[in-house]
Amino acid sequence: MPKRDDIQSIMIIGAGPIIIGQACEFDYSGTQAVKALKEEGYRVILVNSNPATIMTDPGLADATYVEPITPEVVEKILEKERPDALLPTMGGQTALNTALALDDRGTLERLNVQLIGANREAIEKAEDRDKFRSAMQKIGLDMPISRIAHSMEEAWNALEDVHLPCIIRPSFTMGGTGGGIAYNKEEFETIVSSGLDASPTTEVLIEESIVGWKEYEMEVVRDKADNCIIICSIENVDPMGVHTGDSITVAPALTLTDKEYQIMRNASIAVLREIGVETGGSNVQFAVNPENGRLIIIEMNPRVSRSSALASKATGFPIAKIAAKLAVGYTLDELDNDITGVTPASFEPTIDYVVTKIPRFTFEKFPGAEASLGTAMKSVGEAMAVGRTFTESLQKALRSLETGLSGLDEQEMSDDPQEIQNLLTKATPNRLLNIAEAFRRGLSLEDIHRSSKYEPWFLRQIETLVKMENAVREKGLPTNKGGLLTLKKMGFSDERLAKLSGLSAAEVAAKREELGIVPVYKRIDTCAGEFTSQTPYLYSTYEGNEWDTPVCESEPTERKKVAILGGGPNRIGQGIEFDYCCVHAAYAMEEAGYETIMINCNPETVSTDYDTSDRLYFEPLTVEDTLAVLKKEQSKGTLHGVIVQFGGQTPLKLAAGLETAGIPILGTSPDAIDLAEDRERFQQLLHKLELIQPENGIARSVEEAFEIANRIGYPVVVRPSYVLGGRAMEIVRSEDQLDRYMREAVQVSGDTPVLVDGYLQNAIEVDVDCLSDGKDVFVAGIMEHIEEAGIHSGDSACALPPYTLAEDVIEEIRRQSRALALELNVIGLMNVQFAVKDGTVYILEVNPRASRTVPFVAKSIDYPIAKIAARIMAGEKLTDFNLKDTQLKHVTVKEAVFPFNRFPGVDVILGPEMRSTGEVMGIDKDFASAFLKSQLAAGVKLPTEGKVFISVKDLDKELVKDVAEKLLELGFEIVSTTGTANYLQEQGLKVEQVNKVMEGRPNIVDLMKNGDIAWSSIQQRVFRR
Amino acid sequence: MSKSLYTPDLHEARTATAVLVLGDGSVFHGFGIGKTGETTGEVCFNTSMTGYQESLTDPSFAGQLITFTFPHIGNVGFNDEDVETSGSAANGLIVRADVTDPANWRAADHLNKWLIERDLIGISGIDTRRLTHVIRELGAPNGVIAHNENGEFDLEALKKKAAEWPGLEGMDLAKEVSCKEPYEWSETSWSIESGYGKLQSAKRHIVAVDYGVKKNILRCLASHGCSITVVPATSSFEDIMSHKPDGIFLANGPGDPAATGEYAVPVIRKCVDSGIPTFGICLGHQMLAIALGAQTMKMQQGHRGANQPVKDLTTGKVEITSQNHGFVVKRETLPEGVIETHKSLFDGVVEGIALKDKPVFSVQYHPEASPGPQDSYYLFKRFVDLVDAHA
Repeated sequence: MPKRDDIQSIMIIGAGPIIIGQACEFDYSGTQAVKALKEEGYRVILVNSNPATIMTDPGLADATYVEPITPEVVEKILEKERPDALLPTMGGQTALNTALALDDRGTLERLNVQLIGANREAIEKAEDRDKFRSAMQKIGLDMPISRIAHSMEEAWNALEDVHLPCIIRPSFTMGGTGGGIAYNKEEFETIVSSGLDASPTTEVLIEESIVGWKEYEMEVVRDKADNCIIICSIENVDPMGVHTGDSITVAPALTLTDKEYQIMRNASIAVLREIGVETGGSNVQFAVNPENGRLIIIEMNPRVSRSSALASKATGFPIAKIAAKLAVGYTLDELDNDITGVTPASFEPTIDYVVTKIPRFTFEKFPGAEASLGTAMKSVGEAMAVGRTFTESLQKALRSLETGLSGLDEQEMSDDPQEIQNLLTKATPNRLLNIAEAFRRGLSLEDIHRSSKYEPWFLRQIETLVKMENAVREKGLPTNKGGLLTLKKMGFSDERLAKLSGLSAAEVAAKREELGIVPVYKRIDTCAGEFTSQTPYLYSTYEGNEWDTPVCESEPTERKKVAILGGGPNRIGQGIEFDYCCVHAAYAMEEAGYETIMINCNPETVSTDYDTSDRLYFEPLTVEDTLAVLKKEQSKGTLHGVIVQFGGQTPLKLAAGLETAGIPILGTSPDAIDLAEDRERFQQLLHKLELIQPENGIARSVEEAFEIANRIGYPVVVRPSYVLGGRAMEIVRSEDQLDRYMREAVQVSGDTPVLVDGYLQNAIEVDVDCLSDGKDVFVAGIMEHIEEAGIHSGDSACALPPYTLAEDVIEEIRRQSRALALELNVIGLMNVQFAVKDGTVYILEVNPRASRTVPFVAKSIDYPIAKIAARIMAGEKLTDFNLKDTQLKHVTVKEAVFPFNRFPGVDVILGPEMRSTGEVMGIDKDFASAFLKSQLAAGVKLPTEGKVFISVKDLDKELVKDVAEKLLELGFEIVSTTGTANYLQEQGLKVEQVNKVMEGRPNIVDLMKNGDIAWSSIQQRVFRR
Repeated sequence: MSKSLYTPDLHEARTATAVLVLGDGSVFHGFGIGKTGETTGEVCFNTSMTGYQESLTDPSFAGQLITFTFPHIGNVGFNDEDVETSGSAANGLIVRADVTDPANWRAADHLNKWLIERDLIGISGIDTRRLTHVIRELGAPNGVIAHNENGEFDLEALKKKAAEWPGLEGMDLAKEVSCKEPYEWSETSWSIESGYGKLQSAKRHIVAVDYGVKKNILRCLASHGCSITVVPATSSFEDIMSHKPDGIFLANGPGDPAATGEYAVPVIRKCVDSGIPTFGICLGHQMLAIALGAQTMKMQQGHRGANQPVKDLTTGKVEITSQNHGFVVKRETLPEGVIETHKSLFDGVVEGIALKDKPVFSVQYHPEASPGPQDSYYLFKRFVDLVDAHA
C-alpha cells in the first residue's frame, strides 16, 4: 500500500520542555518524524515550546510554532494552518494528552483533522487502567490483581482485595508522578493521596506488588496491514519495583529461553492488536516470576517513548522514522532498512553485542530528597554503552555516566553482613555498585540475590569482575597479553586498572599498547553481520587473542574530517541545549565539506542518530575511549580537528588530555578556556581590560574563607571551582552559614579551592552570547534575567532583548563582551554573565564555549549561531557570514521548568544551585505577552478569576501596589495577611484580610486547602519592577 | 548447579585449547567447550538471539558447525524440554564469549555439561563477527574444530582435513538422521503451565516422512488434532500408504536435496499423484519442488536465523520466520501449475510453493519455529483444513 494521497499536511506536536520522564528522546523522535514526512512530500506543521530542540529549527518543518502546547493554543494553530491530519505519537504524554483534549473540545471534528498513528480509542484503552485491564483479560493475559480508586475511601476498600505491599499508580501521568510502593498503611495513605492529586482524572490504580520479579520490555512496530515486528527486547537488571526509566537495563533480554521469549513476543503483538494501535511503535512492559516464569503484563505505551529511542540506538532501527511513514499508509515491506540499504524494514533486528543503559540521577541537587527509587521516575538522563559481552558493556556504561566512576568503584558501607544485606534490599541509585562492594566484603551470591533480587546471572557476572579486580589488586597488572586482554575484554578501563594496580592510567595505557592491545570497532548493523552495513555506526570492543589478530570494521576514509565530542548523559545543568549545539556543529561541518564524526553515549539525543553525522561512535566520553577513536580516525585521511566546546563541561574536561596526545582542538584554545575558569588568571585579565567583578577571593582553607568573607562583607556566594550548573553553590549570609558550608557542603583543599564572591543584592543579571573569530566579535544576544542575580542563570527566566536596561548600559555590556572575546582570543562562541547594579556593570562569569542559552538566542534572532561558530572554529571568518545587529520586531522570554514534584519534601526555593531540567520559550510582540506565553508553556495555569493571595515582606510592599491595582482592575479579589493587607488598604485598595497560620482559624492554609484561593504563588519576580 | 566453568588466571600465560581451521587454511584460536576431539562440517552462522539448544538439536544442522552470532551462549543453561531431536544434529558450535553459568528457572544445569553428554565439540573465545563476515564472503566454508586440553594441534593435518571434507553438496545426510523404524507421535505443543501435552482425540491421521524432522513440527500437527506415524526417509509410497494417511507430511532435514531426492523424489511424486493432501517443510519442500519438475541450487549465503521476513503472496502479509537453509528452489524452473506462495523479503528467493489443482504445498522456512517467531503457525491450520476438505 503506498502512502496516502488524501492528506497533504500533517501537524506534529512536540513534547515541550525537558522534564523528568520526558526528555530529549522526543526531540530525536520528533525530528525523525518531521524529516520522514517531509521526505514524502507532506507539509509538516510543528508545535513545540522548547527552543532547545532540533525539531524546532527553522527550515526543518514547513511551519514551526514555538508556542505553548495547550489545547487552546494548538487549536488556534489548527485553525490557521488547517492541516489534514495530526500525528500525536511523537511528543510523549504531552502530545497524546493534548490530542485527546482537542478531540474532547470537538476541535478535530470541527476542523476536519484526522488523528493518525493512534486513534482516540486506542489511546484511551492503553492509558485508562480499567479499559486496559479488560482488554488484557479479553486476550487472556495476566495482570496483577488490582483495583481502581477515585477517593481515599475507595482506596481503603480496594486494599481488602489487594493487600500490602502494593503499588499505587495514578492514571494519565507520565513517568509515574505521584505513585509509589506502600508497605504499610501510613505509606499507603500518603501515596494514594498524592497519586489522586497527580492524576488529571483523580484516579489511582492499587495493584498487587510484584516487586522483585524480573522486568522486561518489548518494542513493537505494527503497520496497517497488521504486520508486526519486534525491534528489541529489553531486560531490566533492576527487578520490578524500580521505574524502568530508573532501572539499569540491557538489550537484548539475556535470561529467557526461546519458549519464554516467544510467549512474550506473541503477547506483545496481541496487546497492540487488542489495544488497536493501527500503525507505529509501542512499548509493552512485562513482569516475569523468576520462580515459575509466570508472565504478567504491566503496561503499554501506544507511542514512541524513551525505551523506543533506546531500542533504536541499540539496534540501529529508526523506530520513530518508520512509525511516521507507517502512519501515512506505508507498510513495513515497502520501507527500506537504511543501515543495510539492501533489506526492507519488515524484519526483526538481531544484534551481536550487549547494550547496557544506566540512568543518571541528581539527588545531590535536592537536599532533603531521599535517594530512593520506586515507581515514580527520578533520573534526569541516561548513558548507553555497547560491548560484545555484558561485562564490557556494563563497565563502559558505568564510565559513560560521568559520575566519577571508572568501573565498579569501591563504595563505603558497613562491615556488618546483616547491614549490607539490609542495604541491598533498598532500591537506590547505587545498588549495583553496592552489590559489587558486597562481593568484595565476602557476601555470597545467594545472600546478595536474596536481598537485591537481582537475577543470579547478572550477579555472577559482577562477581567475576570483582574476582578479576582482586587478582589485579593482589598480583598487579598482568604482564602477559592474554591476562591484560582478558581484562580489557571484560570492559575494564585503563583508569580502573590503574587504581587497582597502583599505576597511573598513562602507565596502564602504555603497557597495554606495548602488548598490542588496542580496541577495534564493530558496526551496529541491525543484522548481526548477515548483510554488509552501509552505515558507519560503531562501537569499540576488544577482540582477538594471543594468537589471532582482531579485525576492525571502522574503515576510516581518506577525507578531511572534524570530530565532535557530545555532552554525555543529560543532567541538570547540561542537557539538550548542548546536544543541540553538537548537532549544529555536525550540520555545519558537513556544509563546509568535512566528514563529520560524532562521539557520544547518550541514547536520547539527535546527535546519536546515525544520520546526523557521517560517522557515529557510540562511546564513553573519557580520554581513553575518545583518544582511541581519534587515533583510529587519524590513521587515514586528515583529522582537521576536534570540537570540544559544544558539549558542555564533559568534552571540555577531555581537551587537555587530547591536546597532550597530539589531537588538534578547534576554536578557542583549551588554555583560554582554562584562563576563564582560573580565578587568578582571570582577575589579571579583567584588571588589564579595566573591567570589574564583584569583590572575591579564593579560599583554600576554612580560615581563608572567613577572612575573605569578612573583607567582602556578607552575603557572599560560595562555590567549588570548576563546576557547571552551580553544583554546591550557595549564598551564605552569616559566619555560621559559611562555617556549615565549608564543613559540610564541600571538601576544600589546595587542589579544589572554594570561590567566594560578593553577592550583589537586587542586581539585574544579564546573559550574553557572542561569536568571535579572534578579530571580529558579534554580540548575538543580550538577555535580561527576570530573577535577580544570585538565582542560577539556568533557573532564571530571561528576556531578549532586555526589557528594562538603559541603552547606555546595553552598549557598555556589548563593549565589555567584545573586549573579553578579543582578549581571550575566542574562536567560536562565548557566554558572559553580567550583573547590573545602580548602572554599574559587573562581570560574574565568562565561558568561552557554547552555553545553555545558544539555542534560545539562535531562535530569537534567527541566526544559526552554533553553526556559524562551528565554521569559524574550522577556519572561516566572521565577516563571511554578514551578520547584522537588527532591531527585533518581537520579544522572546525563556522560562525554566523544575522537577520539584518528583522530590517531595524538598524546598521549592531557587538559589545559585541549578535545579531546572528544561526550558520553554514564549515569543510575541511585547514583553508581557511573551512572558505570559512562557508561563503557559511551562505549565503554569494562570487563573482568570477568583481570589489572589498576596503576602510580601515589608521591603517589597511598595512594589506590590501596582500589581494589586492591576489585578483588581482585571476583576480578581485580593486576600492578604495583616501586614500586607494594612498596607494595601492604606493605599486605598480593597483587600480581604486573612489569618496567618498562627493567628487563629480559619487561616490562609485553610482557605488554600478548601480551594478558595485561585492564585497563591505570585513569584517574587512579578513584583520586582 | 556447577560452578563457573572459566575463571581465568590472569597472571599465567594461556593455552589455546581449541582451534577452528577452515578449508582455505585460515585458523582461529580459542578455548574448547564440550567434548574433546575433532569435528568437521560446513561452517554456517545463526543470528537467532535465543534458542541455542533447539538449534543445536535441529537435525537440519547435521553436517554443520554453527557459529552463533549472539555472543552469550549458555546463559539459560540447558533443559530436557528444548530439544528437537534425540538423534544427531549439529556437528559442533562456535561461540564468542565463555559459556556462563545458567540463569532461568527451567535450567537443569550448565550448558557445557550437556554438550559433553551430547558428544558436541565446540570452541569459544573467537571473534564470531569476523567469522560471520568470512562466511558471508566465502559462502559457507568447510571447517574442523579441534578441542584438546593440552593445546597441541597438527594444524597442517587439520587444514588438509577441512579442505578434503567433501561438503554438503551431493551429500545425503537425511538417511543418517532419520528414524530407522516407524513410530507413533502424540505429544502436543508446550505451555508454560504444563509443559508438553498429549493428544486426546485425533481427528485425522498424518504420515510424516522423517528426513530429519524437528519434534516441534510433530507437536504442532498433534496440537491441530492429528495423530501421526513417523516413517523413515527411505520409506516407499506403499509403506506410507500402509499407515492409511489422511495427509502426508514431508519433513525438514539436512544436506543436499538432490542427493536425498534420488530415492525420495519418486516416492514424493507418487504422493502428489495420489491426491492426498501433502505439506512439506525445508528439505521436504525442496524435494517436493524437484518432484514437480523444478530444480534446486546451493545458495552463496544461506538463511539462518529467526528474524527472516517472508511475504505470503496469497495474502500480502509479512511474517517473521525461523529459517535454516543453504539450498533453494530456483524460481525460473517452477513448472506450469506450480505457484510461488511465499517469498523472502531479504533476498527475494522462493520460500513457498503450492499446486494449483492439488492440495499440495510446501515452505522453505520453519513454521514450527522452535526457536523463533510463531507467526507461521497458521500453515499447520492450512494443512489440516486441506486434509479435512479432502476427506
